[in-house]
Amino acid sequence: MTTVSRERRKLHGWGRTAGSVANIAAPGSTDELAALIAEAGQRGVIARGLGRSYGDVAQNAGGVVIDMRGVDRLLEFDRASGLVTVEAGCSLDALVDAVLAHGWFLPVTPGTSAVTVGGAIACDVHGKNHHRDGAFARHVRSLELLTPEGETITVDPEQQRELFEATAGGLGLTGIVTRATLQLVPVETASMLVDTERAANLDVLLTRLTSTDHLFRYSVAWVDGRARGAALGRSVLLRGDHATADDVPRDTDRLLRARGRRLSVPPHLSAAPFLRGRPLNAFNELRYRRARSGKSIETIDQFFYPLDAIGNWNRLYGAGGFLQYQFLVPFGAEDALRTLLESFTAAQPVLVVLKQFGESFGPLGFPAPGWTVALDLATSVPGLARLLDDADEVVAGAGGRVYLAKDSRLRPDFLARMYPRLDEWRQVQSTLDPEGRMQHDLSRRLQLVR
Amino acid sequence: MKDAVGRIQRVLVLGGGSEIAHATLAALLEDGPLTAILAARRPDELETAALERSGASIERIAFDARATATHGDVFERAFSGADIDLVLIAFGVLGDQQRDERDATTTVEVAETNFVGAVSALTHATERLRTQGHGTIVVLSSIAGQRSRRSNYVYGATKAGLDAFAQGVQLALADEEVHVMIVRPGFVHTRMTAGLKGAPFSVSAAEVATAIVEGARNGTPVVWVPRKLRWVAAVLRALPAPLLRRA
Repeated sequence: MTTVSRERRKLHGWGRTAGSVANIAAPGSTDELAALIAEAGQRGVIARGLGRSYGDVAQNAGGVVIDMRGVDRLLEFDRASGLVTVEAGCSLDALVDAVLAHGWFLPVTPGTSAVTVGGAIACDVHGKNHHRDGAFARHVRSLELLTPEGETITVDPEQQRELFEATAGGLGLTGIVTRATLQLVPVETASMLVDTERAANLDVLLTRLTSTDHLFRYSVAWVDGRARGAALGRSVLLRGDHATADDVPRDTDRLLRARGRRLSVPPHLSAAPFLRGRPLNAFNELRYRRARSGKSIETIDQFFYPLDAIGNWNRLYGAGGFLQYQFLVPFGAEDALRTLLESFTAAQPVLVVLKQFGESFGPLGFPAPGWTVALDLATSVPGLARLLDDADEVVAGAGGRVYLAKDSRLRPDFLARMYPRLDEWRQVQSTLDPEGRMQHDLSRRLQLVR
Repeated sequence: MKDAVGRIQRVLVLGGGSEIAHATLAALLEDGPLTAILAARRPDELETAALERSGASIERIAFDARATATHGDVFERAFSGADIDLVLIAFGVLGDQQRDERDATTTVEVAETNFVGAVSALTHATERLRTQGHGTIVVLSSIAGQRSRRSNYVYGATKAGLDAFAQGVQLALADEEVHVMIVRPGFVHTRMTAGLKGAPFSVSAAEVATAIVEGARNGTPVVWVPRKLRWVAAVLRALPAPLLRRA
């Protein structure tokens, strides 16, 4: 076993709220991981990827944080079957770069490509195709887990179902995923065929999603978070699929990933005054009015990762930071959905997206059949703590939940109400980690681990 | 853990009977339930019904500011559960200036409580939060520590010492995610000051509490209550000594 040097440094999530100081170790290979877990003291250890979780799930105050970015090799790629094996620190961005030219794409992708495969499994991330294809872990064919007790085991989703399901969405608390094998999906082009459609209000939106979402592999609605009254929930539906060879011009390299220009927000440049009030209203108005109904061709980066074009866009919220509140309410709880959207109109949400979820997965999985809404909110919004507590009450009352991987402020008393299979997960987790080595700020804040 | 909206889950109050501390807890409770660990000399006698009605879970620990040898155990007990987000060092005695300035025994008692005891508590708190990797410590200083006055220099000197010590701790913790906040109120109307003539710029415990909660949320290093008191202090420090003989 080798000793990896550690650096004491402050970490925070993508929302730049409630940071904490940890001892950060950056191993270059999986061999060094076992030593780091074995040496975990009272404050425990957790793996961290690219730091895109909004809240405190990848920080560990006073403990050890393992920066997995150096453990990022692509180990195997079968161009015929689309099976790819990578180390956990490999980013989705690098993976797309490696496989797209050969006609393969990620089976599920979140709204940024700056996440690691390990993080995608630990948070069981979902994308615009959840209604059809489920979340990320459903496409994992095998993974290697370094358990909190230092054992390396290969986890098959069928053979070790309980362990696999507790790890997918287990927020890193069942051990460290060191490598994973994924089933990619075949694509003919690097382009997307996008269908744009406006919905004048929530009723129209939900009706359209219910009646026609099955026609599209990908579906998401951008919602004008400031529209109220009769216009509540007015939105732009963005749905589509990978473009086929016939959809794009013949003379181009169909599988070339064409990235646009990338900008980066410098430190201390705050756009907070423009992310509320009239400028925000004007932006939403423009976004809605400019949306043209019909089909168009976009690059995968435009369709899936529009915000990746602006590096460090989280800095735009200024020193106070922001949070993302993502909730789910089951089908049938549309009244609750309406109440929630209404309650947020005054809180100046900068970005609101809504989509349908399909089947649930695992005891701590977030998605379940129903409606999910994600709202970006500046933490400077007056009364935000109470507003979100009230929202939690409505969500829990409707049989829904909030997404823990993005959470930064849920109260622990809501946890069991929102995650009815929590004890089942705790059972598996505590058997794997009797010493309580795996810890993070969120696990302590929510008393997730007993 | 403190969360993204600045909400605090667990508070340790040293000087669990302090009115400013209770007002601070009441202000924090407006944002939701929390656990307060009240450390006091006679913890069982503390009146906590109002806090509990507002959603506080109360834990009690015996704590004697002058028995510094026992402080280690007090902190060990307080931190044996979950993380503590806020440590409020709120104990202190006013003493009796006229008696204390001529009685070494009682003067030392005031100094042991307000300075020695507080320095001990602050050092324990600092180490605990450093290990924990996050948290806020609130140190109750006073305008009285800014310049010695004829009428309260025993008390004032203890606060001056504590204030200077806390400023040093702030320097030492610059690279840590541990926030030490020095609170310098003017004359506060409480049981401790009952019967004394109120000074100009006097405030209520609730006003001090509001300033503490806001400062803790924003990471402010020094909070004056009321805010304009910092300018009063600047004038006070510049006054020639003869003017202070009667003040």
